[in-house]
Amino acid sequence: MNDPRDELVTHLPAMRAFALSLARNGAAADDLVQDALVKAWSNFDSFQPGTNMRAWLFTILRNTYYSLHRKRRREVEDPDGVMAGQLSVKPSHDGSLAMRDFQGAFAQLSDEQREALTLVGAEGFSYEEAAEMCECAVGTIKSRTNRARKRLAELMGLDEDETFEVTDGKTMAVLSGKPAA
Amino acid sequence: MSDKPKNRLDEQIDENLRRVYQTAASEPVPDRFTQLLEQLRQSEGEKPNNEAGA
Repeated sequence: MNDPRDELVTHLPAMRAFALSLARNGAAADDLVQDALVKAWSNFDSFQPGTNMRAWLFTILRNTYYSLHRKRRREVEDPDGVMAGQLSVKPSHDGSLAMRDFQGAFAQLSDEQREALTLVGAEGFSYEEAAEMCECAVGTIKSRTNRARKRLAELMGLDEDETFEVTDGKTMAVLSGKPAA
Repeated sequence: MSDKPKNRLDEQIDENLRRVYQTAASEPVPDRFTQLLEQLRQSEGEKPNNEAGA
């Protein structure tokens, strides 16, 4: 009766959101979720009951993403921030941050930064959990999240005295890094 | 969590990120995924795999 795999379905929405933050494209994200789901199912005996299933699923998902991603070495890595400088935007006059600005900035973060920020900042995993999922040191996750926040602020032309708030809109588009319209 | 963002800007970035993420995570899941799970379950039923199944 009580199949632990029944729990899988409850993590699908979060898996899609996480995949979107990695793949930055809705179709690619859903393909990623599908691949990860099949892997999770067929390797379900590697899941340890009583541990965090979402963390386990996210680990599979990000490993799937990176193995695909490394194969077809994509363009947008921008370690020196060359593109970043050009695409920098300012908050709008009322101090609220347009969705597109946030989405554009987020999409420019490196894979590792988007991942770390999503896991820790958005999903609420601890640094320790995120480090385990990303197979790196806790300090690495901390510095990735800190750099990611700093870079986001830079990209959006924000400094500490300014406040901003994402205005409503097509939210899925934000994580996918695509214009809402 | 022990390590909170250090300043107000960081907090706001996380807050906005969370809002965006939560909205994305509250999108309805397309049928293809529930169908996929159903398929996986069925294809497994064809082979005797449940150690404690009986």
